[in-house]
Amino acid sequence: MRPAGEQTPGARLVARIEEYSSRTGRTVRLMEVCGTHTMVAFRSGLRSLLPERVALISGPGCPVCVTPNGYIDAAIELSRLPAVTIATFGDLVRVPGSGSSLERERANGAIVEVVYSPTDALALARADPSRSVVFLAVGFETTVPGIAVAVRTARDEGADNFMILSALKTMPGPMRALAGGGEVAIDGFVCPGHVSVITGASVFAFLAEEFRIPCVVTGFEDLDLLKGVAMLLAQVAEGRSEVEIEYTRAVGMEGNRVAQQVMAEVFEPCDSEWRGLGTIPGSGLALRERFAAHDAAGRFGLEVRSAPPASGCRCGDVLRGVLTPPQCPLFDRACTPATPVGPCMVSSEGACAAFWRYGRRPA
Amino acid sequence: MTSPRMRSDRVLLGHGGGGLLTKELIESVILPVLDNPLLHPLDDAAILTVGEGLLAFTTDSYVVSPLFFPGGDIGKLCVCGTVNDLAVKGAEPLWMSLGLVLEEGLPMADLEKVIRSIGTTAREAGIQVVTGDTKVVEKGRCDGLYVNTAGIGRVLGADSPASFGSLGPQSIRPGDAIIVNGFLGDHGMAVMARRSGISFEPELVSDCAPLWDLVRTMLASGASVHAMRDLTRGGLAAALCDLAEASGLGMRVSETALPVRPAVRGACDLLGFEPMAVANEGKIVVFCPAAAAPRALEALRGHPLGRSAAVIGEVIAKPRGMALLVTRIGGERIIDMPPGETLPRIC
Repeated sequence: MRPAGEQTPGARLVARIEEYSSRTGRTVRLMEVCGTHTMVAFRSGLRSLLPERVALISGPGCPVCVTPNGYIDAAIELSRLPAVTIATFGDLVRVPGSGSSLERERANGAIVEVVYSPTDALALARADPSRSVVFLAVGFETTVPGIAVAVRTARDEGADNFMILSALKTMPGPMRALAGGGEVAIDGFVCPGHVSVITGASVFAFLAEEFRIPCVVTGFEDLDLLKGVAMLLAQVAEGRSEVEIEYTRAVGMEGNRVAQQVMAEVFEPCDSEWRGLGTIPGSGLALRERFAAHDAAGRFGLEVRSAPPASGCRCGDVLRGVLTPPQCPLFDRACTPATPVGPCMVSSEGACAAFWRYGRRPA
Repeated sequence: MTSPRMRSDRVLLGHGGGGLLTKELIESVILPVLDNPLLHPLDDAAILTVGEGLLAFTTDSYVVSPLFFPGGDIGKLCVCGTVNDLAVKGAEPLWMSLGLVLEEGLPMADLEKVIRSIGTTAREAGIQVVTGDTKVVEKGRCDGLYVNTAGIGRVLGADSPASFGSLGPQSIRPGDAIIVNGFLGDHGMAVMARRSGISFEPELVSDCAPLWDLVRTMLASGASVHAMRDLTRGGLAAALCDLAEASGLGMRVSETALPVRPAVRGACDLLGFEPMAVANEGKIVVFCPAAAAPRALEALRGHPLGRSAAVIGEVIAKPRGMALLVTRIGGERIIDMPPGETLPRIC
């Protein structure tokens, strides 16, 4: 037990946030780019502790959410082919595409396996060479190195029945688009901690220098996030715009060189479509030519086409921070976690799911 | 009753998750045809008046994969599940049925091991297998072995004014203490770890255990208990949401008071689960007046299956039908009903 009168670390940080907030004297809008931060903010009850004039808005950092409908449709098309096993992280199974979802395809007989890592998908391919195992490669810099290693291992082993369908993306592109877009005034970025472990915090320098937006690379414990918010408010109150690191136990300015090398060896930048943000040049990752044997789209002659989102779905606006989930006409009506219309309601990191699960107002 | 139309034209795995989709399935497909006053409460067991006495009657099916996991197997699980559904209605477990669906090719040694496990657990729990059925299906038509059971128990104290027949959500009152008898999430994470091939140090072990003796000890202590629920699929989160809705009251629990083993917390972090929403097979949540809580807690802690029992929160008048969590950093948020397929075939 703590002696009476002594503040908990959380209470001390909340007091600092309140102090900086009153010094700024205005509403401060901070964007947490990463879906994990969104979930932590809700699950930890942190949002209920922030002053009214500090707004946390969710950004485009939930990998499942920013994956466009056309990709889901392509994955569904693949799942219907004979002798194809789809291997995927769990969230993607329930995301609705244009007419179906992998969950429904599975109920109709498709083989869709939920895996926890690309290595598990490779193991499925090894275990049954008669089937093509397509891993749905969705995610950011955090997950790319692991997928790169799996692809490289498959090539070295000659496991040609292991393939990926890449919708891999990199984070700086959309943050530039949001900072320069002028649609939402962003006073600070809570920068993604896991991405930064790989890339280093320096990839966000342009935001502080070019756009004068404070950035703090933040960890994922409740106290990390409180401290990250306090550090951002301090920058705002003091008129600074720098890249600071709250998550010092894992992140440096330079990142993980080995991981960066394996990424560059296997993947090359490509244009990529983001739900809500459109196609952002150079923001995606495609397999390099020498790994073409592991590219499912190429092997099956599949074209990932652009497809419109479900009617009425405003996930795109949510991902740009233009709309909060409860402002969407479908929220908690047609669209709930049991009957999701868009990916932000499905993903465990989605802003709509977070709002629905933790943020509805008590009656 | 309104019967919402099912929003899927096929059964999905999530319909078996014990969460929102299961609820939708029951409310839109089953109840419109089969509803009656005894079924309607959709509680762990139905309470039947037979002569002067009250009987509790329950059924369950077991499809856990793998059949054998650290801390138990499908045999032990099916007895514990049956016994616990009766125990939380204040009923002494007496008789159970055993329906086996076997897959052609199942190793006889596996079947023998499961049956021995049923025998041992049934003896320990004081319940007798008195009727049964065996079916075999072609290879590939089921995954080794499925079990269905039904259980019958005698509600204790049914002939006295302090009948346990009134145990249930309707008896929960604002101000009631909320108690659990130990660590949350052990069963779900043990099965999940075994299935995913990820090993944890120390090993995660299922908490699978028959709880009648524990419940009887607590009831015999004289602590007046309003309701109990065993924590299975959906864990504590599902139980609290369910009971909040059924009682029309609010539940407020404190994150720092929840007993969770560090290994389970770590595994949950890694795999993206909330300990509170992960299945147990040897845990109950108990509701009793705050004044009775110390006595109930003492009785629970005096039993081997309740050593880590803890008061985790209280029942509040508002918000109605909602469960809230006071977080580690002092914030407050909703506890949500787990939506659907989080961990299929956990029991």
